[in-house]
Amino acid sequence: MNPPTPSPVQLAAIKTAVFLLCLLPAVLLARGWFANALGANPVEAVQHATGSWALNMLLISLAVTPLRRLTGLHWLIRLRRMLGLFAFAWACAHLLNWIWLDLWFDWRAIGADILDRPYVSVGFAAFVLMLPLAATSTQSAMRRLGGRRWQALHRSAYVVAILGVAHFWWLVKADVLEPLLYALALAALLGARMWQRELERRRQLAAPPPLPGTPPKGRVIRIVPK
Amino acid sequence: MLIRRPADIAPSEITARELFEGRREFIRRAGLGLAAGAALWHGLPAPARAADALPRTVPGPFSIGEPLTKLESAISYNNFYEFGVTKSGPERNAHRMQVRPWTLRVEGLVCKPREFGIEELLKLAPMEERIYRLRCVEAWSMVIPWAGYPLAALLKAVEPLGSAKYVEFVTHYDPAIMNTRQVIEWPYHEGLRLDEALHPLTLLTFGMYGELLPNQNGAPVRIVVPWKYGFKSAKSIVTLRLLEEQPATAWIKQAPQEYGFYANVNPEVSHPRWNQATERRIGEQRRRPTLMFNGYAEQVAQLYQGMDLHKHY
Repeated sequence: MNPPTPSPVQLAAIKTAVFLLCLLPAVLLARGWFANALGANPVEAVQHATGSWALNMLLISLAVTPLRRLTGLHWLIRLRRMLGLFAFAWACAHLLNWIWLDLWFDWRAIGADILDRPYVSVGFAAFVLMLPLAATSTQSAMRRLGGRRWQALHRSAYVVAILGVAHFWWLVKADVLEPLLYALALAALLGARMWQRELERRRQLAAPPPLPGTPPKGRVIRIVPK
Repeated sequence: MLIRRPADIAPSEITARELFEGRREFIRRAGLGLAAGAALWHGLPAPARAADALPRTVPGPFSIGEPLTKLESAISYNNFYEFGVTKSGPERNAHRMQVRPWTLRVEGLVCKPREFGIEELLKLAPMEERIYRLRCVEAWSMVIPWAGYPLAALLKAVEPLGSAKYVEFVTHYDPAIMNTRQVIEWPYHEGLRLDEALHPLTLLTFGMYGELLPNQNGAPVRIVVPWKYGFKSAKSIVTLRLLEEQPATAWIKQAPQEYGFYANVNPEVSHPRWNQATERRIGEQRRRPTLMFNGYAEQVAQLYQGMDLHKHY
């Protein structure tokens, strides 16, 4: 039995709700900023919050596919673009806060940080890799690129996530507990994909060869080389 | 015309902070006293904290004229990893630490090794107020009015031997009330060269903002070395040891490629994590340039004559 799929109206409602939910931490952060409630070093508080949320949203967007496979709720894919774009928006805020409120456009210091400090280098690389993903997030870009190429490009989200977690890990002075939790979550998400791929490989190996002359049903993505 | 109106509440009407904070203890003792009856009456200790205030301070030398960091910031934004690795953790958790009774043991290469009770320490030398810059290695800074006296006064009392070259500080560590995860090696160890420890800027510190130190700021006794990054200024000290060899410090053990023994504030030597050329003064909008030796070059630069400060960072 297939789990129910929401109607277009229901899906629109779900999307709106998820959008508002994703917006909530930003609203709370902005309120904290204007109410002067972010502690003694508000710029640092914003830096940490925006970075954490960029990572959170990145991992949540990477959770969509494994969750779909696990639950059969295939319509979840319809939320993924929004989740990914939220990750991108948080990363933009993270970068902007650093360039603007922290370093006040001191380009020399900014450049030196990117070049000299490995944790800044990888963080910046993660941001740069997000740019083409955000730019090709529209339906029309997807059509222009074609599904396969689009998918290949968007696999770099895995690299972005790995760089993002490395960025966090490297910047921590002593206690790596929190970045370790992120690393474990990411490993689980990427591991789930590898496991799915392995299952698919076994299925294809076990499947009887198609009768000559019969076109395959649906689209078969071959993992096992011919 | 300026009309000066009296405050709504006269100072005499305000309950002293020590009494207020001791209210539960007072009630508890009152209850105990009633239950135990008159026989116990003479055995009741006097309210511990009321009598236990910061001695009157006199203005000390080396104070700077820069605006003070807000007290609220100085007591809520702390690095004291034993009470949590976030900035807000120490304020939440440090109250668990009992700072009375407290003894500071001075040992190692001294003529007169001994223990000092905190009450004795508070009276060992005239208490001075000194307004110092505090620069953290994480590139933020504060301006804090400390209360204390030169560490040299304590060292003189124990008479260091000629062979003593370094002073090691050991911080209180109690796993029952502190972080048990070995984030860095505990108890926390720091150290100074003996001439640095004897420098008149180096302050054995008991108070700030005119009161005894809050626990998260290193109560009841800490060291303040204003020309070095903050982690050199060990908090809640229980042991002071004079040594011939340079002691191993907690941060050097944690990451030797990042932290040096000297850790002098130096805008020209950048840290792998933080550009040290500028700093954020807590409460200010924009970064400001970091000063050589945190602005105390005139007093301390001669301690490092002939040393390569890029090598001895």
